[in-house]
Amino acid sequence: MSVTAPGRAQIAAKTLRTDKWWLQPLGTVAVLLSFIVYATWRAFEGAHYFTEPLISPFYSPCLATSCVEKSSLLGTPVGAWWTLSPALLILVFPLGFRMTCYYYRKAYYRSFWQSPPACAVGEPHKKYTGETRQPLLLQNSHRYFFYIGLVFNTLLTIDGFLAFRDHEGNWGHMSVGTLVLLTNATLLWLYSLSCHSCRHAMGGRLNHFSKHPLRYKMWTLVSRLNTHHPKFAWFSLIGVALADYYVRCVATGAISDFYFF
Amino acid sequence: MTYTAKFRVWRGDDTGGGLVDFAVEVNEGEVVLDIIHRLQATQAPDLAVRWNCKAGKCGSCSAEVNGLPRLMCMTRMNTFAEDEVVTVTPLRTFPVIRDLVTNVSFNYIKARQIPAFAPPAGVAPGDYRMQQVDVQRSQEFRKCIECFLCQNTCHVIRDHEENKEAFAGPRMFIRLAELDMHPLDSKDRKVEAQEDHGLGMCNITKCCTEVCPEHIKITDNAIIPMKERVVDVKYDPLRWLGSKIGKRPGL
Amino acid sequence: MSQIERHSYDVIVIGAGGAGLRAAIEARSRGLRTAIVCKSLFGKAHTVMAEGGIAAAMGNVNSNDNWQVHFRDTMRGGKFLNNYRMAELHAKEAPQRVWELETYGALFDRTKDGKISQRNFGGHEYPRLAHVGDRTGLELIRTLQQKVVSLQQEDFAATGDYESHLKVFAECSITDLLLDEASGAPRIAGAFGYWRETGEFIVFEAPAVILATGGIGKSFKVTSNSWEYTGDGHALAARSGSRLINMEFVQFHPTGMVWPPSVKGILVTESVRGDGGVLTNSEGRRFMFDYIPDVFKKQYATTEEEADRWYTDPDNNKRPPELLPRDEVARAINSEVKAGRGSPHGGVFLDVSKRLPAETIKAKLPSMYHQFKELAGVDITAEPMEVGPTCHYVMGGVEVDPDSTAAVGVAGLFAAGEVAGGMHGSNRLGGNSLSDLLVFGHRAGLGAADYLQGIAGSRPSVTPQMVATAEQTALQPFHNEGGENPYTIHAELQQTMNDLVGIIRNGAELAEAIARLDSFKERVRAVKVTGGRAFNPGWHLALDLPNLLLVSEALARAALMREESRGGHTRDDFPGMDNQWRQVNLVCRAEGDGIAVEKQPIPVIPSELLGLFEVSELEKYFTSAELAGLSTGGAQ
Repeated sequence: MSVTAPGRAQIAAKTLRTDKWWLQPLGTVAVLLSFIVYATWRAFEGAHYFTEPLISPFYSPCLATSCVEKSSLLGTPVGAWWTLSPALLILVFPLGFRMTCYYYRKAYYRSFWQSPPACAVGEPHKKYTGETRQPLLLQNSHRYFFYIGLVFNTLLTIDGFLAFRDHEGNWGHMSVGTLVLLTNATLLWLYSLSCHSCRHAMGGRLNHFSKHPLRYKMWTLVSRLNTHHPKFAWFSLIGVALADYYVRCVATGAISDFYFF
Repeated sequence: MTYTAKFRVWRGDDTGGGLVDFAVEVNEGEVVLDIIHRLQATQAPDLAVRWNCKAGKCGSCSAEVNGLPRLMCMTRMNTFAEDEVVTVTPLRTFPVIRDLVTNVSFNYIKARQIPAFAPPAGVAPGDYRMQQVDVQRSQEFRKCIECFLCQNTCHVIRDHEENKEAFAGPRMFIRLAELDMHPLDSKDRKVEAQEDHGLGMCNITKCCTEVCPEHIKITDNAIIPMKERVVDVKYDPLRWLGSKIGKRPGL
Repeated sequence: MSQIERHSYDVIVIGAGGAGLRAAIEARSRGLRTAIVCKSLFGKAHTVMAEGGIAAAMGNVNSNDNWQVHFRDTMRGGKFLNNYRMAELHAKEAPQRVWELETYGALFDRTKDGKISQRNFGGHEYPRLAHVGDRTGLELIRTLQQKVVSLQQEDFAATGDYESHLKVFAECSITDLLLDEASGAPRIAGAFGYWRETGEFIVFEAPAVILATGGIGKSFKVTSNSWEYTGDGHALAARSGSRLINMEFVQFHPTGMVWPPSVKGILVTESVRGDGGVLTNSEGRRFMFDYIPDVFKKQYATTEEEADRWYTDPDNNKRPPELLPRDEVARAINSEVKAGRGSPHGGVFLDVSKRLPAETIKAKLPSMYHQFKELAGVDITAEPMEVGPTCHYVMGGVEVDPDSTAAVGVAGLFAAGEVAGGMHGSNRLGGNSLSDLLVFGHRAGLGAADYLQGIAGSRPSVTPQMVATAEQTALQPFHNEGGENPYTIHAELQQTMNDLVGIIRNGAELAEAIARLDSFKERVRAVKVTGGRAFNPGWHLALDLPNLLLVSEALARAALMREESRGGHTRDDFPGMDNQWRQVNLVCRAEGDGIAVEKQPIPVIPSELLGLFEVSELEKYFTSAELAGLSTGGAQ
């Protein structure tokens, strides 16, 4: 059934909106698809992800024996049996975080699934059950991906600090690459900390803020960040792709990393 | 500043109807509801429209203007170009009664299914003590003027009549959130929100928030926090374990 | 004739605003089968428009407050024309009624120690108004609405039917009260009305009716009131043989929006002034200092410096004159505009932007911010508002017994809230309306319950004749030939009232108004509507017109008779307050197709209540003969 269900005002048009309501879902599809295509290609490429001291965020931490020498911050516990790209070992986590993110859910439900494409615009599906059944019940695991995401953010921040070195590993240097990795890490932190699950964990689940002044303060802070969550979601997505691309360019020798000192 | 605007107004009832064209005078500072009233007074005396306060406080004059759910009293005419056709239809999620008036009883039936505030035992009237920081979240939801634009725009029922049975809608979710966050309410609303009122059917696409004339952050401040609270009690194995061991009672 | 829908109840509450819902809650709690009948949807009543707060002497912010101080303020505000007993009950019971709301789930703003916060308001000596930002009326309605629902849930648990003891008939208008006059004196037998949606008629059989229909604002062109305020309850009561008192007193709220035209009249809450807003004219002068009447000189600051200090140190300074009672402020604005010192759109400036930071304004006055931003394109955190007087509230109403709210003259009829007269005297203080609704709504429910107990075995009955007559009257506009469109008549009636019975009146204009109102009678009788009966707003208005006309006439006739100026009644030709007139209420009765007015002595205030005032203050309102009589009564 649709908006023309019996008893309602009989208006044939799926929507009477006169504005460009299709622009936003279209934009979302374009950006997300571009990212997916790029990220898939890069994840399977399995090369050009490390050039001392820079490592691509798609590949950190690099856990397989096949990882390029010196690129494994945490060692290579996975071992040699893994012969695919080492990115595939870890990308499921950031991917899961974004897939279950309350903001991205809105974005892709609207744009890819057209449910609904825009407000007061009819959706194409005959049936709708929302997030009441599998696999969508898994969206409720968002907080776990959030916790894991914090580990990744920490590692990527360390990667950023490790980039205060030169090609030989001497400390006390800084390049464009350092800035790229640190910016990427900052955006990821902003994205994670502004997350709805984070807001809930900080204090959202409490009913008496007055008895938990510290948590109330943290909740207030996260609430403020939370209003910018969509922005951080996009910036950090584009940021991570750009950071990877920059590392790739340096690793392939297409450009050389410019050192400030 | 006076000009003649082109209006298309849906007229009819549950047996049928259609958009009717009008040319009508518009003056500076007017809103869509003024124009509808002018149509009533000059061209269509029996044009049915529901309205009360004319100031965006009672939530009666909900309709769809150029396809968007709006309060007619809060839709200023200067947001349209003078040569633009302004189309006004009744809410499209509820049964139509006549012209711009719909039967919104769905919302009252749903409201009745949500258990009322449960006063704390043993606290006499006058002895309620609550801190401002503890009431302000619920206060945001009590700003609701029950215009039902959120209910109307929500695709879960707008596009799926059959979901009306299981789904209470955004207005009721902010009511549940209001009660669940109330510092003195003595009832737990989380499981029933999910199991009886269809919280899980919401896919947080946020149209309710977009159309709310009171700018209540329905999705971010009520629905998502409620979903997270539901996760606490239903889908989070660690918290479940914690509550079994008794380390986190009452959450 | 088709079969008409019939229902039998113990009590019918007409109106679902604060008073109606509170009455219904009480009636149902006392075991009565109760119907609430309202013209709008459930929860949309005009009470939602109340912004400032509920006055109740809880003493949460200033512990010096108590019911005696509240009583004093109320009497002072009403210029001692109040029904003292109503003012007393109101002051005593308001705190309990407010606290009760919290047990229904209301969430008021809080003080630091977690109590209900209270704010300053015009005419109240201490911070007294329980509030939620500036949407207190909405909170009140929603709370009572949800309490009604919770009672229905209890009934559902007990009987399996939500509506077994308490049912809301929304979008249903009552056009006639049905009276059983078999035993001589009229008794309520029921009510007759129509469903707005279908136009079908409906008959209620019930021995008790509680009127809670609100006011009469729609008789005026510039008004803060919604379309519902057509004086239905006033007219129903008068036509069934009850009486209206104090109808000459109409409160013009000093600050309504004046632009854009479509929202002209919509209220700008008094809290804007309570929170620091100042009134200035086109010359930039804070003109209220020029308009402090002698009776108030002791309570109000006379210099800007002192007034400014009051906002931060209210205990040691006198309050700014912007917070004078509403009638004073409205008259002052009126005079400034008449003297050519008004704002571009014919009001004066109200500015809060210079005193408070933008964030505070948005937090304290969110709906005002919203209202001006969205309706007028004005940012009140940065620029002044333009405001002017708007018809806001009628002090007059059905004459009732203070304790039971029983209407004088008709057994089984009760009235509470704005439709009842007496409580506010000649002028109502801001915040006293919401508390009035609660206190007397509650009492109306009790009154009806007691009445039902009293008549146990002898319920009145509705006869087919009553129903047939009511039906015929309601359908007449469809049968009329050649009459006018109801919208035209209504617009002209409003213009007449605005021009001739407005904020400043005089004998000649009032006489002219009465003559014109006479000529409206035939036009209203002949009103013609087109279209069908289903949701036909033209027909609905046609059925409201006789009510509007009746209250307009009562207002004009009473205003002509009262030859003095007091509170909400200002006569150019009798500019002073006359203490002789304080001893008199004007009482309106329906007679033939018009209204007859007569004088009635006001109830004598007992000395223990008068003793709450200083003699020097009483001297301003009472004749020396009256004061001599009370010298033994203990006035200090």
